[in-house]
Amino acid sequence: MKFMLMMHAPRGTGDYQINSWSPEDFQAHIAFMNQLNKELTESGELVGCQGLTPPGEAKIVRAGENGMPAVTDGPFPESKEFLVGYWIVDVDSAERAYEIAARASAAPGPGGVPLNMPIEVRQVMAGRPEIE
Amino acid sequence: MTPESRLDDVGRLLRDLAPQVLGAIARRHGDFAEAEDAVQEALIAAAQRWPAEGVPRNPRGWLYHVALRRLTDHLRSELARRRREDAVAAEVWADWAFIPPPDAEIPADRDDTLVLLFMCCHPALTPPSAIALTLRAVGGLTTAEIAAAFLVPEATMAQRISRAKQSIRASGVPFAMPTPAERAERLRSVLHVLYLMFNEGYTASSGPHLHRPDLSGEAIRLARMLHELVPDEPEVAGLLALMLLTDARRAARTGPHGELIPLDEQDRTLWDRALIEEGTALLEAALARGAVGPYQVQAAIAALHDEAPSTDETDWPQILALYDLLRRMSDNPMVELNRAIAAAMVHGPAKGLELLDALAADKRIAGHYRIDAVRAHLLERAGDRERALAHYRAAAAGTRNIPERNHLIAKAARLAARERELEDAEP
Repeated sequence: MKFMLMMHAPRGTGDYQINSWSPEDFQAHIAFMNQLNKELTESGELVGCQGLTPPGEAKIVRAGENGMPAVTDGPFPESKEFLVGYWIVDVDSAERAYEIAARASAAPGPGGVPLNMPIEVRQVMAGRPEIE
Repeated sequence: MTPESRLDDVGRLLRDLAPQVLGAIARRHGDFAEAEDAVQEALIAAAQRWPAEGVPRNPRGWLYHVALRRLTDHLRSELARRRREDAVAAEVWADWAFIPPPDAEIPADRDDTLVLLFMCCHPALTPPSAIALTLRAVGGLTTAEIAAAFLVPEATMAQRISRAKQSIRASGVPFAMPTPAERAERLRSVLHVLYLMFNEGYTASSGPHLHRPDLSGEAIRLARMLHELVPDEPEVAGLLALMLLTDARRAARTGPHGELIPLDEQDRTLWDRALIEEGTALLEAALARGAVGPYQVQAAIAALHDEAPSTDETDWPQILALYDLLRRMSDNPMVELNRAIAAAMVHGPAKGLELLDALAADKRIAGHYRIDAVRAHLLERAGDRERALAHYRAAAAGTRNIPERNHLIAKAARLAARERELEDAEP
């Protein structure tokens, strides 16, 4: 059986909650996460895991007119009432991700009417460090 | 020999032979896309059989034979489909029906590998497509390996490569050397793709990813191959030197838990002296030719860092002079940013901050987290802890790399802790 485990930060600041911690607390947190991932890898249970860019960068995309993406900064529903599936796409730009989200948003519902589902778009952390 | 090392040896051999075999077949067949598919199938067959059955006496001939067999199988079914439509089919088939035996010497042409590189790094392709196609067609990696390197499913990578080949076919580039008029620009494009591939090797994602091929290592291998093919091109040597001089610091760049260690905090005894020597020698020979380009200048900067026993003992005036030279060659705000750091090391943080202010007006880089990171560092050196803290946090929110984000948050946390201590110490 596969499960998706979602890590949430407190709402409001739009930032990572770890930002204001003491150096010791922060290092302990990172060490814990590394250890957890290592254990899950060694036990053969890890399928994949990703960190996301800060919550403040989250966007909500719906299909707008003519299927064009309508991108807004919210409102964000509670995940409990909301999350039913996900895609991870590897694209050349955020705009392309919004386009795909708009297509998904317009999936047909009863009577073929587009559902206009809100799709939350978050960028996966995967870049090159610029600091040498 | 252990089974693992035999597997490694077979992998290495296949990667070396791949471009030679593909070059020979593409030249004979003319259709790069079909030839590339056939060679990929032959490589997969060899990877399955050779470790158990042993490497054949003439491995290149074997691959050529098997790839050609696959290609004719495809062609045969294609011809059967349009048998009645095409009168020349029989004629074409007569030519293709002959397949040399596996131990036959195959026609080899040194230029084939170079032609392949020019083709796979064609400016019509987007950089990610060019990197993927180069890794497969010239690097001899399997689609599964390339997919693992980019952390995407194999089917996705297969599609990306197939679309790249369609773009090449649509652009009508023949399997041949570029004309002398085009050559310089096409070579620049090859160097750019190899440079990006090398950088891609730095990309660290959040999760632990086992068996991820080492893209920096592949880029170095391909740059070495290219340098052997065109030893008289100083910028090729410059790029290879830059890669070696940068890769020499690899062991010191990350801590035991994957944390990022910046240059000024690295344990320099961990730097790879052999790579530094090789890179420096390459660079000196290239510079002696007198056609200095941006890769050679960047390699020269890397060499100065590699030679220095510490950040303080680094020849910053010379590095600043090299950045001045580099900015005259390329109008790139990232060069300006690095120049600001060098200027701060030579003339003090105030000078660096002044240059940053000017740079922040450049639309191409305005709002980039790297400006915040550098500003934070310079403010910290200037003793302005409060503003440094704000910029470290802004930089942490802007980066797309987890070890780098963690590094920036840790910097901010240490600054904040020191600030609190100082406040507590006051009566």
